[in-house]
Amino acid sequence: MINHIDLSTVLRRTVCDLYSDLVTRPTGAAVRDGIEKQLSELGDRSLTVIDFSHVGLLDYSCADEIVAKLLMRYAEASAPRDAYFLFRGVSDSHLDAIETVLERHGLAIVAQAEDGTVVLVGTVDDPERRAWEAMLRMGRAMAGDLAREAEIAPEQVDRVIGALCRRRLAMELDGGYVVVGAVT
Amino acid sequence: MTTVINLPPSLDERTFETVLEHLAPIPIDEKVLLDGRHTRWASPYGLTALLTIAQTRAEKPALVSPESEETGSYWARTGFFRHAEELFEMHGSTHRARSSGESDVLLEITPVAKSEDVHEVVGRIQQKSASILVKELNIDAKATMGFAMTLSEACQNIVEHAGRGGWVAVQTYRWQKRLGRRVVVIAVCDAGVGFRQSLESAQGRRMSDRWDDGMALEEAVIRGVSRFRDPGRGQGLAGVRRYIGRWDGKLSVRSGTARIAIVPSWDEDVPLEEKLPPFPGAQMQITIPERITDR
Repeated sequence: MINHIDLSTVLRRTVCDLYSDLVTRPTGAAVRDGIEKQLSELGDRSLTVIDFSHVGLLDYSCADEIVAKLLMRYAEASAPRDAYFLFRGVSDSHLDAIETVLERHGLAIVAQAEDGTVVLVGTVDDPERRAWEAMLRMGRAMAGDLAREAEIAPEQVDRVIGALCRRRLAMELDGGYVVVGAVT
Repeated sequence: MTTVINLPPSLDERTFETVLEHLAPIPIDEKVLLDGRHTRWASPYGLTALLTIAQTRAEKPALVSPESEETGSYWARTGFFRHAEELFEMHGSTHRARSSGESDVLLEITPVAKSEDVHEVVGRIQQKSASILVKELNIDAKATMGFAMTLSEACQNIVEHAGRGGWVAVQTYRWQKRLGRRVVVIAVCDAGVGFRQSLESAQGRRMSDRWDDGMALEEAVIRGVSRFRDPGRGQGLAGVRRYIGRWDGKLSVRSGTARIAIVPSWDEDVPLEEKLPPFPGAQMQITIPERITDR
């Protein structure tokens, strides 16, 4: 199931209906809490579009509270549910803050551009990037095919796919693997 | 007994040190009168630091406002007197705001104590700063968001660490003497616990033998260390550093008895000053110069 969360709506509902900027840690924490409440109403497995389109400014503190902490929570083995995220409406100035916090924590996200194309943003090692890009080209990919397409040793491909899924950048679907955002 | 301290003719980050030198030996419960009659100019740092001084005194200090109509008018435009009237026993001329072409107040002196204040500051600066930064300082339109982010993070330093409210002001002016260009200056001052005490409050933190205000500033400003154990903390000042690096700006932070600066090529400041007269809290100044474009 694909869920859509407009961050400006969450901001207005959880913090103040006059705000359009995502600034300060308390604001970020309140918005993340609002997102998690919505996630808790979904099934065990979900894909959520986190939409920045109507957000004015995003500062580092807020990016850390919303993006980094949300990802870290759902990448843990103890995550409350199997949730994946696609980030949409991310402007250059949002990206500046988001990239900074992702690098700080060694995280990555999948962001969707206006034309619908998806890109990886953040910290990804070379085999992970090759596997993710190959998966994107192939649509739904099986491990063996992916190893050939991405030129990854067969004995390593499971580890790479496992890392992409754990990091919420790819997901298992009908026995194969797809990048987050390929199924919207 | 009241001790009179003359404010310098030009009240900025550097000359403010002379005020602190005179203030240092005076017990906080003793009356001081800050005499600004002959002050002709004040930077946002000078004005916000003056308000901060008043917060550090147990006995309400007195302030004599500038004699110069032009200076007084500018101080009025910054909103200084509105706050000063609550913190000082005011003497001297009453001034009203008049417009001037030479300096633009981008953000009046604004109290910052809580997260909502940062939202307010960021909202106001975005409305006012975009065209000035682009047209007058030749700063890329994209960078105006970064400017607001920098301001947000600088203000959050008060909310997260100071333990009491502080002040922020933003202004553009022509920095003729040192640079011959226009600059935009952010000043953020508080009389809170300061960097050293804030870092000391971190649980399980071990201090080295050399631990002092200078080292605390190095840890926080250069290495991004925070009192919180959360690994995501400390990114605010790192972001400020990145922004000033990108736009050839200058960052200086004073806390306690030390002052640290990220110094660009156009300035001759020293990276670290220690054994300064004590001043509670933290005082930050960010200067972004006009960009010189090839015509």
